[in-house]
Amino acid sequence: MSAQPKMLFEKIWDAHVVHEAPGEPALLYIDLHLVHEVTSPQAFDGLRLSGRTVRRPDLTVATMDHNVPTWDRKLPITDDVSRQQMETLARNCEEFGIPLYDLHSDKQGIVHVIGPELGLTQPGLTIVCGDSHTSTHGAFGALAFGIGTSEVEHVLATQCLQQAKPKTMEVRVDGRLGRGVTAKDVILAIIGRIGTAGGTGYVIEYTGEAIRSLSMEGRMTVCNMSIEAGARAGMVAPDDKTFAYLEGRPHAPQGKAFERAVDFWRTLPTDEGASYDRVEVFDAGEMAPHVTWGTNPGMVVPVTGRVPDPASFAEDADRRATKRALEYMGLKPGTAIEDIPIDRVFIGSCTNARIEDLRAAAAMIHGKKAHPSVYAMVVPGSMPVKFQAEAEGLHEIFKTAGFDWREAGCSMCLGMNPDILKPGERCASTSNRNFEGRQGKGGRTHLVSPQMAAAAAIAGHFVDIRKWEN
Amino acid sequence: MEPFIRHTGVVAPLDRVDVDTDQIIPKQFLKRIERTGFGQFAFFDWRYNEDGTPNPEFELNRPGYEGASVLVAGRNFGCGSSREHAPWALEDMGFRTIIAPSYADIFFNNCFKNGMLPVVLPEATVNEIMARAKERPGYQVTVDLEKQTVEDEEGLVAPFDVDPFRRHCLLNGLDDIGLTLQHADEIAHYEQKRSPLLPVTAG
Repeated sequence: MSAQPKMLFEKIWDAHVVHEAPGEPALLYIDLHLVHEVTSPQAFDGLRLSGRTVRRPDLTVATMDHNVPTWDRKLPITDDVSRQQMETLARNCEEFGIPLYDLHSDKQGIVHVIGPELGLTQPGLTIVCGDSHTSTHGAFGALAFGIGTSEVEHVLATQCLQQAKPKTMEVRVDGRLGRGVTAKDVILAIIGRIGTAGGTGYVIEYTGEAIRSLSMEGRMTVCNMSIEAGARAGMVAPDDKTFAYLEGRPHAPQGKAFERAVDFWRTLPTDEGASYDRVEVFDAGEMAPHVTWGTNPGMVVPVTGRVPDPASFAEDADRRATKRALEYMGLKPGTAIEDIPIDRVFIGSCTNARIEDLRAAAAMIHGKKAHPSVYAMVVPGSMPVKFQAEAEGLHEIFKTAGFDWREAGCSMCLGMNPDILKPGERCASTSNRNFEGRQGKGGRTHLVSPQMAAAAAIAGHFVDIRKWEN
Repeated sequence: MEPFIRHTGVVAPLDRVDVDTDQIIPKQFLKRIERTGFGQFAFFDWRYNEDGTPNPEFELNRPGYEGASVLVAGRNFGCGSSREHAPWALEDMGFRTIIAPSYADIFFNNCFKNGMLPVVLPEATVNEIMARAKERPGYQVTVDLEKQTVEDEEGLVAPFDVDPFRRHCLLNGLDDIGLTLQHADEIAHYEQKRSPLLPVTAG
C-alpha cells in the first residue's frame, strides 16, 4: 500500500505507454481518435501514398462540423470547396471503414459535443483529434489533446502517438461561484491571470470546490478553453456526476460492465500527497462575469471593468499589442464594458452550445425581445442538443425573442461556413477565440458566457447579469 | 521528409507577440484538401488590401524582404488552432526556419513534422536579430542545427537548445510513422492486454 502517490494525469499516462526509451518521446496508445473534415484529408492521402491503412477503425469516429451550413439541411451546399471537403471525408471513411456521422445524421454535431453525448468519451482514456479544442474531453477525467494533421496520419496508421511527457499544473478554484458567474467566467478569469501562454508545456488539472460544483457541461467549458491558456490538456477528476452523465449512453458500458467500469474510474483521481509541478489558486467568490475586450482570450476584464489603456502595461510588447488590439476592436481606453454596443450575438461552439448552455440563455430572455439593432443566432452543438432543446420548447423562446434558430455545427465560432461577421460588426460570442478575423474579416468578437450573450442581445450592449431581472 | 541541417537566408521581421494560426492561415483557406499551395494565402488579412494588392504597411511586404526564408517573431508564436496548414503555409511561402522566444505547443510540434525548425532564443537575442533585420533589409543569418547556433556576419553567435530526439529526426529527415512501426510488436502486445470494456466506435 506504500505505492508512490500519483496524479490523475500520471495514472492515465503510465497506463498507455507502449514503448519508452531514454532520450526519446514515449509512444502512447490512443483509445479514441475523433476525426472531422478539415484536418483529415491530407492525412488519409498520406496513408494512401505510403500504402498504409487505418489500424483501428473501431477506435476512430468521424463527423462533419467545421464546414457545414447551419440552415436547412435539405438545401444543396452552395460552397463547392466545402462540399468537396465533406465528400472527401465521406469517401475516406467508406474506404477505411470508419463510422461517420454525416450532415444528415441525427447524431451529427461538433466533434467535441458528440463524443461525450455518444458516451465514447470516458474517464481514463487517451483521446486525440485534429482540433485544438479536444481538451474538452478532459472534463471526464480523460487525457485529451489536439494534434496536427501529420499526427492524425500517425494515429490512423499506428493507433499511437509519440509524446514528450508534459509537466502538471493544478488550477484550484476554491469557494463558491456567485449568481450569474459561470464556467465560462471561471476559465476566462484563469486565462486573464495566467495568460495565453501561461499553460504552455503543462497539462492542467482543475480542482477545488467551485470546479466540483460545476455540471459536466460546465466542466467541459472549462477544459475546452485550456488550450487558450496554452495548455496541452485540461482535466477534471471523475466523480459521481461523471458517472451519472455516462450511464445509459449508447457507447458507455451497460449493466454489470458499467458497475465494473465505475469501480475502475473511482481509482483514477489524484492520490493524496501527489505533487504538481505548479499550483495556481483562485477564489470563486471573487469572480465576476467576464468580457474580452481585445484580440486574444487573455485580454479580458470583469463586466464591471473598463477597456485598458495601452500605457498602463509595463512591457513595450504588451503596450504595442494592446494598442493594435484596440485599433482592430474599434475601442477607446477607459470605455466601460457595459457601454459597448453590439450588433450580433452568437450562441454556439464546442465551448458553450450544450443543452445546459441553451437552457441558461433561454432563461435570460424568456418573454423578452432582442434589441432592434442586434441580430442574434443560436447554433446548437449537435443535433441531439437541438432535438432536446426543441422538446423543451427552448427554440420557441429564442424565436419569440427574435433569435435565429439553426442546425448544428461549428458555425460562426470560426466562420468556415457561411455564418460570418461583416467588417466592423461587433459580436457577443459564446465561442472560444477572439482573434482578428476569426468570425469574419474585420469582425470584432467579445467572448462571454451564454447568459451574458443572451442578455446583451436584449439590451443591445453588455450588461452585468448579476443585476438582470428575469 | 526533407532533412534540416543548416540554412542561411534573409531574415523577415514580424515584430508582434501572440501571432495566432488564424492570422498565419485564415480559415477560408482550410477548405482545400491538398497539402501544398498555401503560401499565397499566408498572413492573408494582413498581407493584402481589399482589392487583392499587397498591403505596403505589412512588415513582410516592405522592400528587401523578398525571398526571405528565416522568420523572426515575438513570443507565443503560432497560438490557437491546431491547423497544420499554418506551417504548410509558412513553408510554402519560403520559410525554412523560425526564430522566436516561445511558441504554442501544437504549432511547435507541427513544424518539426514538416522539416521546419522553430528555434527558441532568449527574448533579448530575438530582439537583437529583429532590430538588425528591420534596420538592414536583406540581413541574413545562418541557422545551424548540427552546431545548434544562429550566427550572422556581424559576430552574432547565439546557441540554442533543441530536444535531442527531434534534432536527430530533423537532421536525418526521418519519418515518424516508420519509426513507430519499428515497435509494431509492442503495439500488438499492448492491444492484447487492453480491457475488453473499453469503448469501440462502431454501431
